[in-house]
Amino acid sequence: MSRITADEVRELALLARLRLSDDEVARMTGDLGAILEYVDALRALDTSDIEPMTHAVPFDCPARADETAPSLPLDDALANAPRRDGDFFQVPRIVPGPGGGQGGQGGQGGSTGGAEDGS
Amino acid sequence: MTVDARGATAVAIADKVRAGTWLARDVVEHYLERIARLDGALGCYLLVDAEGARRRADAVDAARKAGRDPGALAGVPLGIKDIFCTRGVETTCASAILRGFKPPYESTATARLAAAGGVMLGKLNMDEFAMGSSNENSSVKPVRNPWSTEHVPGGSSGGSAAAVAASLCAGSIGTDTGGSIRQPAALCGVVGVKPTYGLVSRYGVIAFASSLDHPGPFGRTVEDAAALLEAMAGPDPLDATSIPQPVGAYREAARAGRAGATPLAGVRLGVPDEYFQPGMDSEVEAAVRAALDELARAGATLVKVSLPNTKYAIATYYLICTAEASSNLARYDGVKYGHRAAGVSSLEELYTKTRGEGFGREPKRRIMLGAYVLRAGYYEAYYGKALRARRKLADDFSAAFTKCDAIITPTSPVPAFKFGERMGDPLQMYLADVLTVAPNLAGIPAVSQPCGFTKSGLPIGLQTIGPALGEQICFRVASAYEARTDWHTRRPPESNAS
Amino acid sequence: MTDYEVVIGLEVHVQLATRSKIFSWSSAAFGAEPNTATDPVCLGLPGALPVLNRAVVDAAEDGQRARGSKIRQRCRFARKHYFYPDLPKGFQISQFDEPICDGGTVHFRLRGEPRAVRLVRIHLEEDAGKNIHADAGKSLVDLNRAGVPLCEIVSEPEVRSADEAAEYVRAIRTLVRYLGIGDGNMEEGSLRCDANVSLRPRGTTTLGTKTEIKNMNSFKNVRDAIEHEVKRQAAVLDGGGRIVQETRLWDPGRGVTQAMRSKEQAHDYRYFPEPDLPPVVVSDAALAALRAGLPELPEDRFARYTGPLGLSQQDAGVLVAEREIAAYFDAVVAAGAPAKRAANWVINDVLARVGDARGLGAADLPVPPAALAELCRLVDDDTLSGKLAKDVFARMWSERRSAADIVAAEGLAQVSDGGELEDICRRVVAEHPTEASRFKDSPKLMGFFVGQVMKATGGKANPKTINEILRRLLA
Repeated sequence: MSRITADEVRELALLARLRLSDDEVARMTGDLGAILEYVDALRALDTSDIEPMTHAVPFDCPARADETAPSLPLDDALANAPRRDGDFFQVPRIVPGPGGGQGGQGGQGGSTGGAEDGS
Repeated sequence: MTVDARGATAVAIADKVRAGTWLARDVVEHYLERIARLDGALGCYLLVDAEGARRRADAVDAARKAGRDPGALAGVPLGIKDIFCTRGVETTCASAILRGFKPPYESTATARLAAAGGVMLGKLNMDEFAMGSSNENSSVKPVRNPWSTEHVPGGSSGGSAAAVAASLCAGSIGTDTGGSIRQPAALCGVVGVKPTYGLVSRYGVIAFASSLDHPGPFGRTVEDAAALLEAMAGPDPLDATSIPQPVGAYREAARAGRAGATPLAGVRLGVPDEYFQPGMDSEVEAAVRAALDELARAGATLVKVSLPNTKYAIATYYLICTAEASSNLARYDGVKYGHRAAGVSSLEELYTKTRGEGFGREPKRRIMLGAYVLRAGYYEAYYGKALRARRKLADDFSAAFTKCDAIITPTSPVPAFKFGERMGDPLQMYLADVLTVAPNLAGIPAVSQPCGFTKSGLPIGLQTIGPALGEQICFRVASAYEARTDWHTRRPPESNAS
Repeated sequence: MTDYEVVIGLEVHVQLATRSKIFSWSSAAFGAEPNTATDPVCLGLPGALPVLNRAVVDAAEDGQRARGSKIRQRCRFARKHYFYPDLPKGFQISQFDEPICDGGTVHFRLRGEPRAVRLVRIHLEEDAGKNIHADAGKSLVDLNRAGVPLCEIVSEPEVRSADEAAEYVRAIRTLVRYLGIGDGNMEEGSLRCDANVSLRPRGTTTLGTKTEIKNMNSFKNVRDAIEHEVKRQAAVLDGGGRIVQETRLWDPGRGVTQAMRSKEQAHDYRYFPEPDLPPVVVSDAALAALRAGLPELPEDRFARYTGPLGLSQQDAGVLVAEREIAAYFDAVVAAGAPAKRAANWVINDVLARVGDARGLGAADLPVPPAALAELCRLVDDDTLSGKLAKDVFARMWSERRSAADIVAAEGLAQVSDGGELEDICRRVVAEHPTEASRFKDSPKLMGFFVGQVMKATGGKANPKTINEILRRLLA
């Protein structure tokens, strides 16, 4: 019994915005299942008495002074854009609606962060 | 004047260029000619910037002639793993999704090497997004081991290791996230260094796993690697995880290792049983044990140490690195740079088709696994658990270092394997990292150097692990071993490369 | 019809007015040409890394302490993942389980009554860029705003009406401007508000299903949107339906909230600690230093104005609305003017002329506080009549002269000298015998005589004095 099902793989693929062929889904289900089974071995390790280690550095976050420095020139910023449209990056039309997506960023022009759709 | 720099170390080249004995330009031409002739069979370079290299070399020569200091690495031709952003020069991470990307900025590491007079020859091949242990995951072409072209060079910095081994550059840089400098160094018979985390700035290094990525040098010799590290290392205000301390005297430590009959007198070297597991190649074990004897003759005391949580290292590593990778690779979406799928009619299609087309199999696998372990509900069981296990592994090392000054192990349990041998089973490939991942998790330095060859002529690597900011002791030990052996003077057969 | 209790929680995003962005060196100022305020970090270029701007932490901490929040000595940044074109990295650097602040309270007044709404937490994060919906088929992305620092203030669900919600948001705006940490401009997007609205039968304690309301970009819209949503939910519940937990966007044109057309997929943001930024630690020394620098806050000022200074709530409300107005008023009082008179002048005359209230902080005001205080003194000691004072003030403002100068130069000093006025009054009475004889029957003719004396004195006679004299003469 695999640790993960093909349906879960498809769900994850959508979450990660990866288009997978049916073949890829099948292979991924097997691969991920095997890997998840392997990492399950970690359960045997008692970690109840220890703090998580998120960073390999012993110091706190440094902070810089609030000074500006020159930004990238417009052409440099857009130089690698696969589709440049005037002074902007172009994407297919985002869902029309009074505000756009979600994510806590309201404001002018419906510029809210979106999460799930885009069609 | 043509220069035969084939046997020359980076340090020797810099000395000669600084003295005016060799022109940097001539040294560069030597390497460009070798690349043109020999790299076709090896696949080390994704891009050779001949014009740029000549320009840079000329500038070094001009500086020297004008009486200005041309730098500690004056004229040293270097290969740069294609994971470092080089301004105006295509940088792809060997991935289709970044094809055509020309960074508008330079990484700190390569800027410092150039400021020291180093001359970039081109960008080196690698496993896509630094994910792999064999350089079979490059979207462009594989890299072949110069010692035997049926065998892999190791990965992910396969191009960086092979190019030094085949003298297609005098030194190179790569990144090590789970062993990606040390393991290919071992499989290619060169010196590779994973420094302390934060010693070399990650600004401009395309991220795979942010808390585990370590940029570092490859060299023919320990002193070469030390010289490159000295030039690259140091605090960087552009990297918040960059260590604020000044750079140590690594070359000096390397030289100290060569001094006298017993340069390691008073040094305690820990030997952990957990790193000599059954299933290890017997020739690898024999070579490493012989190396331990040599180190003892150099004056070191061998001490048994225990790293009891070693068996959890791979699981811990793959949980953390895939989580961070799935996050770091979210930015590749066809909007701002790189590949963009054609014929898409919706935003969602833009994302899924672009990423589906642009990423190879291994990045996709790791992105999926990473997304899985970070899901709400799974976080504590997988990622959260791995972060705690990480601290246990780091604590193992701290405890061991109360009993010894450095730890000696093999770098890879096996020598180079053949192409295709491990590609069918990702788990098998992951297990190749078993001896290298723990120092990445702990953030401590480790050096790999050649310590022998198998009967079939494949290199074997010896790993020296030090405590945090313990580069000096690692270099001293490695250098002492190197001074008493000649593995580092051997060259792969050129006939393989033509 | 059930009597519902309205339960509202508010999330307010405040853009912090720092010079540079939260994690990179590009300018955070509003209004640059598209994509000209970017750098590798806020563009999300491969290999770029965030570095924290010290001013962001300082600004957030000022705000936090002003609200009595508990500042965490150590907080962390976390990555919040979702795909959207205005989010270049595919994740937002925000804070998750270790935000910069816990708790706190926002004090404000609702129709004169003091209210306090408690906060859950306050955290820091980076703003996203902007998507512009151009013609059919495409959208355009401007990443200037990506990386501008945001402070998110999350309230407990203690707000109970649309009006209260608007006042709460207004209070945050006032505070933000008082502390000088942001512009608090909803129309420009430097202050944004989302509301979580639910209903429950009055008297119950279980929370109803909530909806999240977005796209309210003014105080009026906050009020209108929530009012509409409350009515909508009540209608649904009264009709036996269930509220669907969803995000709804306010459409000010049509006056309705509309569910976003989205897949049912739950948002799994896959939070984890930001590996590129070690934990942020605030030292005790730094905390102490910050504590020392807070200005007097709006509610404390309000209490001082309505209490010891005896101003009306309405007047006090106008004066505390902006820090600069209150500071100007305080300076006028400190220069010797009585509080009520100073308040009248500031509210009726100064504010009308200054335009943007923040201009009162300028160094070169036409009528600095001391000058206004002098004018008040001249009226108080009867040197200047109240009526003439208005004209004098107008000239002070346009000519940048002091009141004393103008009064002396124009001879505007009010005449109060009894003898002088007596002569003038006698003359006036003598010149108008008909009206004088009719006065006993028409006392209203006093106005006529006062007017005549005023004309004869060029408006400078002290009205009280001439009233007394005329009364005596006409008796």
